[in-house]
Amino acid sequence: MARSTSRRPGINRRAQYSLFASYVIAIAGAITGLVALVLAKADPAGFAVLRAGAAEITRPVSATLSSMVGGIGSIDEHVLAYINAGSQNAALRRQVEANRVKMIEAQAIEQENIRLKKLLKLTQSTDSEVATARLISSSSASLRRIARINAGSRQGVQAGMPVRAPEGLIGRVLVVGPNSADVLLLTDSQNIVPVRRASDNVAAISTGLDDGTLEIRPLSAGTSPFKPGDIMVTTGTGGLYSPNIPVAVVVALKGGFAIGVPLASPARVEAVMVERPYDANIPPPPAADNAAGATAP
Amino acid sequence: MSGESLNGPVPVPRLGRTPSRLRIHGTPVLCVMLGSMIPALLPLISQSPTLPPLGLLFLLSWRLLHREIWPLWIGAPLGAFDDLMSGNPLGTAIFLWSVIIIAIEFADERLFWRDYWHDWLIAVPACLTFLGGSFLIARMGGSAVPAFLLLPQLLWSALFYPLIVRITAGMDRWRMMA
Repeated sequence: MARSTSRRPGINRRAQYSLFASYVIAIAGAITGLVALVLAKADPAGFAVLRAGAAEITRPVSATLSSMVGGIGSIDEHVLAYINAGSQNAALRRQVEANRVKMIEAQAIEQENIRLKKLLKLTQSTDSEVATARLISSSSASLRRIARINAGSRQGVQAGMPVRAPEGLIGRVLVVGPNSADVLLLTDSQNIVPVRRASDNVAAISTGLDDGTLEIRPLSAGTSPFKPGDIMVTTGTGGLYSPNIPVAVVVALKGGFAIGVPLASPARVEAVMVERPYDANIPPPPAADNAAGATAP
Repeated sequence: MSGESLNGPVPVPRLGRTPSRLRIHGTPVLCVMLGSMIPALLPLISQSPTLPPLGLLFLLSWRLLHREIWPLWIGAPLGAFDDLMSGNPLGTAIFLWSVIIIAIEFADERLFWRDYWHDWLIAVPACLTFLGGSFLIARMGGSAVPAFLLLPQLLWSALFYPLIVRITAGMDRWRMMA
């Protein structure tokens, strides 16, 4: 394609000025972008309204599509399931036999648990759930790991609330719109969760690695005490996530820390629950006089 | 080829009919906006950056197909829309798309003519600029994302570009027909 001539104004004064003006406007646009970036860094929630508005535009389509498609993310698993059908069948049968025994044991333990709780007059608060939603889309072209749910401020969702699936923790709410909300996934490198090993109480910090895995750093110095197969659950430290939500399973060791995979894969979970921050369930100390707790009577 | 300029004569493919101004000017803009919206529309929950920057690819293919289709400052408004749709901090695409459009303008001043391979060789570095720039901005924003996660996206962009050009050419044909 040969070059055209109309952006070479020649000696036409008016054309020269308009060409110059277009460069000025274009460079001003680029500078606007830089200013917006600085503002976004200074006040990350500043443009939340715009982003939430944009989310409202796409929500009807992505929510409809996600209800029609049973999860594009798990297509590879379906294919593998067909290939491995025979051997998997036998293995699953054995597992079902083993699980049946364990389930009966678990039921007995649950009965005992209820009885003991009654004895202790402990009432576990179960009103922490705010809304149930579905993951409808994600930032799949961006470096941030953000997913969108089809519940927003109209359903009672607020920024900062933890989001979990029955299988485990998903993340926390970042930006809230009227009917949709953006969730910072567990695997984002800016999502840090205090965890502990489920079997004993070895504490650790889980940080996302942005590639679908987590880095689990033990709080104690020295070599990593974790080994592949360890299940990590939340501790409740920090007051955001309630304790004992399953987080990840350790799959490998690398240097001084362990690599974990989230137990609740966002591509596979059917529904997620938005919960109240754990701290909000604890009544504040009566003598405390801080501004943050001043709204509570 | 004389009818490509915005100010020039409008092509009249069928006797006595001209495409509406909305169709002539709106199609490319809507096409780029739709490309930006695709990640937010698909029910795809990805665990790493997977989709190529489709909005940018459409922007590049329209710009390289028709040199004077847009004013120079088009990168800012379309970039703002892309920022709202993708998860990038607002300002990322406003800045980087503006820079890319200005850079292509300078490249056009130097190149006497260009063909398909030149377009491809312009589009791939432009995608690298955008992905690398958004990586640096994400890093400055406090993310610890490793650089190798950009490679699949860059590869997809390079491989997707010819397809995007075909789609753009088809839409352009429709746009010109009354």
